[in-house]
Amino acid sequence: MFHWLEKHPFFFAVGVFLVISFAGLIEILPNFAQASRPVIGTAPYSTLELTGRHVYIKNSCNACHSQLVRPFKSETDRYGHYSLSGEYAYDRPFLWGSKRTGPDLWRVGNYRTTDWHENHMKDPAGVVPGSIMPAYTWMFTNKADVDTAYAEQLTVAQFFSVPYNKPVPMKDGSAKVVKMGNSVAEANALALAEAQVIAADMKDQNVKDAVARGEIPEIVALIAYLNSLK
Amino acid sequence: MENRPLEYDYTVAKMFMFTTVVLGIVGMLVGVILAFQLAYPEVNTILGEGLAEYTNFSRLRPLHTDAVIFGFTFSGIWATWYYVGQRVLKVSMAESALLMFLGKLHFWLYLVGVAAVVVSLLMGITTSKEYAEFEWPIDIAIVVVWVIWGLGLFGLIGIRREKSLYISIWYYIATFLGIAMLYLFNNMEIPTMLATNAAGESGIGAWYHSVSMYSGTNDALVQWWYGHNAVAFGFTVPIVAMIYYFLPKESGQAIYSYKLSLLSFWGLMFVYLWAGGHHLLYSTVPDWMQTMGSIFSVILILPSWGSAINMLLTMKGEWQQVAASPLIKFMVLGSTFYMFSTLEGPIQAIKSVNAIAHFTDWIVGHVHDGVLGWVGFMIMAALFHMAPRVFKREIYSKSLMATQFWIQTLGVVLYFTSMWIAGITQGMMWRAHDEFGNLAYSFIDTVTVLHPYYTIRGVGGLLYLVGFLMFAYNMYKTMSARPVEESELQSASPMGA
Repeated sequence: MFHWLEKHPFFFAVGVFLVISFAGLIEILPNFAQASRPVIGTAPYSTLELTGRHVYIKNSCNACHSQLVRPFKSETDRYGHYSLSGEYAYDRPFLWGSKRTGPDLWRVGNYRTTDWHENHMKDPAGVVPGSIMPAYTWMFTNKADVDTAYAEQLTVAQFFSVPYNKPVPMKDGSAKVVKMGNSVAEANALALAEAQVIAADMKDQNVKDAVARGEIPEIVALIAYLNSLK
Repeated sequence: MENRPLEYDYTVAKMFMFTTVVLGIVGMLVGVILAFQLAYPEVNTILGEGLAEYTNFSRLRPLHTDAVIFGFTFSGIWATWYYVGQRVLKVSMAESALLMFLGKLHFWLYLVGVAAVVVSLLMGITTSKEYAEFEWPIDIAIVVVWVIWGLGLFGLIGIRREKSLYISIWYYIATFLGIAMLYLFNNMEIPTMLATNAAGESGIGAWYHSVSMYSGTNDALVQWWYGHNAVAFGFTVPIVAMIYYFLPKESGQAIYSYKLSLLSFWGLMFVYLWAGGHHLLYSTVPDWMQTMGSIFSVILILPSWGSAINMLLTMKGEWQQVAASPLIKFMVLGSTFYMFSTLEGPIQAIKSVNAIAHFTDWIVGHVHDGVLGWVGFMIMAALFHMAPRVFKREIYSKSLMATQFWIQTLGVVLYFTSMWIAGITQGMMWRAHDEFGNLAYSFIDTVTVLHPYYTIRGVGGLLYLVGFLMFAYNMYKTMSARPVEESELQSASPMGA
């Protein structure tokens, strides 16, 4: 059979394709629907949080920080409850990372504040002596791209039925509605309202002035995203 | 009928040899910079505060991985394909104007793609998925490049004179099919410009942005099915294709066992794809998938070692060649690193080991003993073998080649030993508890302790880069400094002709 295949490239290629394809089918497909369901308490990202998530991705924060707490005592002691599949239902893409040069960030919103992040992003070694993380000073001046985050909200709402503007069940039995604008202008207004809350806790005068002018520096969006990780 | 040997046309092979060298230098240089950024954070602002956004670790890291994978390695794969393909199929590219056109188109479109990747990654345009960072416009370009290569590959096979496909061709076909399947499924994404809102506005935000069709755990599963198997079909399969051709040619020895090559090929094809789950041990993917990933990773030792042992036994009775020829040294040490790396990988895939190794530098070390010791050595060896035949000139300096070999070997050894120590140290410190059951170390303790190992790793990487620059110089001088030979250079023995 093998000799015959080696003289018939078409059938050889078909044979290879069959052999390499069915592992994926067996491993990925059976659990696909199950793994897409959110757990109670998981809500979609708000406009500003999603904008911040884009800042996180733009700077490949995931190259050094994981977002996956493994079920070991040492990890739950350090980072909080271990990760549940449904908590990631609105994460497109997933940001688990593959390397922890810095600590895990999946629940960083539980134990770090806006103020801490502001100081740390400006001068990591000043906050954590010995840190090898670079400073991200440009985030204090670069303007965040709210429009693209809004376009992504629209896309996931249309194609994947992500529940924006709909009640989402919370752990305490209440319901939370994550708003998404009906127009670009409305989306920007929503993001700015969130940004004002963050900026109120910040010290950098240029950032405060920018938000007062109606602009959103990248750092504000990023902090909104990091605060949302709980 | 005239009885003379075929003349092969190496135009496209030469083009890809060029990008192999250039993109190799770029990728490895960025790698060395990254290594020193971890040891000395001041290197993040190497070009000043103003350009820090483009020189800091996180922005450069995808550029390093993609430059060495899609730049250096894939150029090397194609350089060897456009050389090996013709020779084992006994047909010249010059015989078909169409195939020649496709080959050149393949190269130039690839070059456009490379430029787009470099610019977009520096700007921070990325999907964040490892080795699949490119946004949809570049993904489409990559698919086009890939299809053009496929047309050329099967076109050349279609007009072949040698009816039986040599082992290397099996592996090139598998590379084509495997990457095509993986890349397509992992990059399923919806451009956000397609969305329309209630106000009727569309085309909102950045036109190139897209959102993954998979979310969370599914996205992770598809990504590591891709990520792991991109290693299979980029770093293993095509490199095995190379060694099956170049080692017998250079040494003049016939492949030790045809049956072993059959077993390893079909075994590798079947087993490799199951093992992706070992990247997701103790994550939120179902336990049975993790266990499957773990078990198949261990089984993977068989086909991997099958190929490597087949190569080493090909040298049976001819071991004096290892001492005599720097080129054979590269290939034999490459096979050895392949064995080493394919044993180390399964060890890391065992759940209890993975609990310590995952997220640490040991993984980085594993990748690099594979790519520096196996992929890099094999591609350089292939180019060293091809250069005299492609340029019709003897290699410029054999002693430079031998020096390069030892410098780079030292570099690889420093790299993986330091990363072993760093990884295990970090993994053990993360999980250490004191006598009261509290965590023994804060996270920063586990960072600062790594400084010496990061420094040693940087030096190891630098040595490898220096060796690669010697390789580039040797290739350049071979092209330009030596007199042109009248006839094609003969191989070591009649068997290798």
